[in-house]
Amino acid sequence: MNDDLAQFRAEIRAWLEQNCPQEMRDGAVGEDSTCWGGKNWNFTSDAQKTWLERCAAKGYTVPTWPVEYGGAGMNRDQEKIWLEELATINGRLPLQSFGIWMLGPALLHFGTHEQKLHYLPPIARGEIRWCQGYSEPGAGSDLASVQTKGEDKGDHWLVNGQKIWTSYADKADWIFALIRTDREAKKHLGISFLLIDMTSPGVSTKPIRLISGKSPFCETFFDNVEVPKHQIVGTENRGWDVAKYLLTHEREMISGSGLLAGGSRSLGAILAESGNLDEPVLRSDVMRHEIDGLAFGLTLERYKDQAEAGTGTGDASAMLKYYGTELNKRRQELIMAGAGSDALTWDDERAPHWLRSKANSIEGGTSEVMLSIISRRILGLPG
Amino acid sequence: MTKLIRSEEEIMLADAARGYLDEAAPVAKLRALRDAGEAHDPALWAEMAQMGWTGVLVPEEAGGSDMGHAAACVLAEEMGKTLAPTPFLSTAVIAATALRQVASARAKAALAKIAEGTVTYALAIDEGSKFDPEAIDLVAEKDGNGFRLSGQKRFVVDGGFADRLLVLARTEGGVTLFDIPADATGVTRSAKPMIDSRDAAEITFDKVEATGEDVLGTVDDAMAVLKPALEAGQAALAAELTGLAAGAFGRTVGYLKERKQFGTLIGTFQALQHRAADLWCECEVTSSAILHAGRMLDTDPENAALAVSVAKARAMDTASLAVREGVQMHGGIGMTDEFDMGFYMRRARVGAEWLGDYGYHAGVVAGLRGF
Repeated sequence: MNDDLAQFRAEIRAWLEQNCPQEMRDGAVGEDSTCWGGKNWNFTSDAQKTWLERCAAKGYTVPTWPVEYGGAGMNRDQEKIWLEELATINGRLPLQSFGIWMLGPALLHFGTHEQKLHYLPPIARGEIRWCQGYSEPGAGSDLASVQTKGEDKGDHWLVNGQKIWTSYADKADWIFALIRTDREAKKHLGISFLLIDMTSPGVSTKPIRLISGKSPFCETFFDNVEVPKHQIVGTENRGWDVAKYLLTHEREMISGSGLLAGGSRSLGAILAESGNLDEPVLRSDVMRHEIDGLAFGLTLERYKDQAEAGTGTGDASAMLKYYGTELNKRRQELIMAGAGSDALTWDDERAPHWLRSKANSIEGGTSEVMLSIISRRILGLPG
Repeated sequence: MTKLIRSEEEIMLADAARGYLDEAAPVAKLRALRDAGEAHDPALWAEMAQMGWTGVLVPEEAGGSDMGHAAACVLAEEMGKTLAPTPFLSTAVIAATALRQVASARAKAALAKIAEGTVTYALAIDEGSKFDPEAIDLVAEKDGNGFRLSGQKRFVVDGGFADRLLVLARTEGGVTLFDIPADATGVTRSAKPMIDSRDAAEITFDKVEATGEDVLGTVDDAMAVLKPALEAGQAALAAELTGLAAGAFGRTVGYLKERKQFGTLIGTFQALQHRAADLWCECEVTSSAILHAGRMLDTDPENAALAVSVAKARAMDTASLAVREGVQMHGGIGMTDEFDMGFYMRRARVGAEWLGDYGYHAGVVAGLRGF
């Protein structure tokens, strides 16, 4: 088996050497450095477009998805090799999206074969960009109390209501949304998971200006939007099961984002360049963060190994979400402290990143909700 | 590829160890030894030898079970859960790892005795109040074909009862590791009972004779032998502290589920739930570092230093949090000697200092990570 993996590694290495454009070998992970895909995407360079197309043709944008749905059918060891080899040449990921991280896994688990064939390949090729319609003004941490309603009109639902914190709704082509389709049932049991075309009549979005000065989040309004009945994932009124499954993937995605940001270099090595790392209190905090970050990275590895071995639990994603986001917030504080007054202007990228990170422990379930999940479901503490 | 999950064999070893230790070495064992004024139980050690634990890092040709560092960490972790008082780290991990770096008949014989359980070792490095192998003054002066050791060592864990001592001494061109009997002429030991009810000795060396045969490895080059031994010991100590944290945590969560105040279980209070959940997360993250350190020592020992220091730093931090939260969440009962939490707290403090404190290992990590 190790021989096979060595052979696989050699193939990946050779393919990358031939196909990864030089401009894509700068390790950049900023907002637009990695392509988000979709009809509204403006490629930042020809190389970014070429890189996406070449990877999509091989299924490398979604390495572990089955080949028939646009993936490369890799197992976990192979995926690890792909990511390692990509990191070795400092290559950018070809594509990132909520379709890959969130909807894809949910569709693979709950979707019909027809739905998978219809929705997954365009995600893999970066043609359709998805956004997530979960939170509402009155349904934040208490997500299951969503009120956006879908009335049964025979061949379609008539959807009315409002979503909030919809990341990149103004750039997305489609939205996956939690819609209340039974107002009589208990709150967890009257929700359906619907897929809605953002170009449908009655859908509109409005960006929300955040403390970072940017507007990644929107309000999304549904005004008599007709959604065909076949655009439901899973069973009618049992959308909460899909929602929860998807949330575990969302939480794992958010938990790892802080680690990716630094590439293979340590935060300490980056901050040392500023010359401010000799200050003992900052240095001590950076050391502690380095140790915790390395141990957390190993924990992400371990949980993936557990999941592959079938010994993991979905509830553990609450831990990754909690720990990873708190760690990333610490990291951003240290980056600001290390940069001093250099990072206090708006033309510097560091301040917006620092401010943006404050949402990490809120979006996808707050740290407090994560601790309550751990307390009840893992530790078995009473209600 | 190496997996960061326990293998079937490791799971079986942990289960077997747990079963045995719950019977033979619960916290009550340590308490009984303390009350009797003792720090070592030869009968317990003999049983561990029979099960192959003392030979966990001894090659098979020397009679060991040679299960590797990850397995040694599994055993140390289980011992930590109930604070089993044994010289496992000093003898079966540190001394065995040092001895197996040396290809001599004498080292092989010593390894065989470790596997049999018929010899115990203690590591004599520290001279100040902090671990710092670079800064030692004890000298080994040339004397004919041999040496004479003079100086003082402190915090020699298990040094009050060990049969033999591994002594780090300054020689003309560097530092040298000696393997000498603890009752050699000129050795004076004063065993000091420590707060964790274990033993550490202050040892004075007054022109103690050592031959060239007593040098472990090469003269002036102790680190070739000592570095792997220290890393093995640090990883196993980290594993023990992780077990200790799990033991303290288990008791605390159990208490939250049975103690009532204000007419309800205190485990229903969110203030306590969130602290318990946070502590569980810390334990989980530390467990990953322990597994990784064991894997690195087994598969890539030359490059294990980073993994080991991350493990030791994380483990002492987590253990400290677990015992502080343990006492606080138990309230008054946690402060009593009758209750076991104090034993966990005191061992956690000793374990934090032994073989390098947080600052020492953070320094290693920073150095290896480029700052």
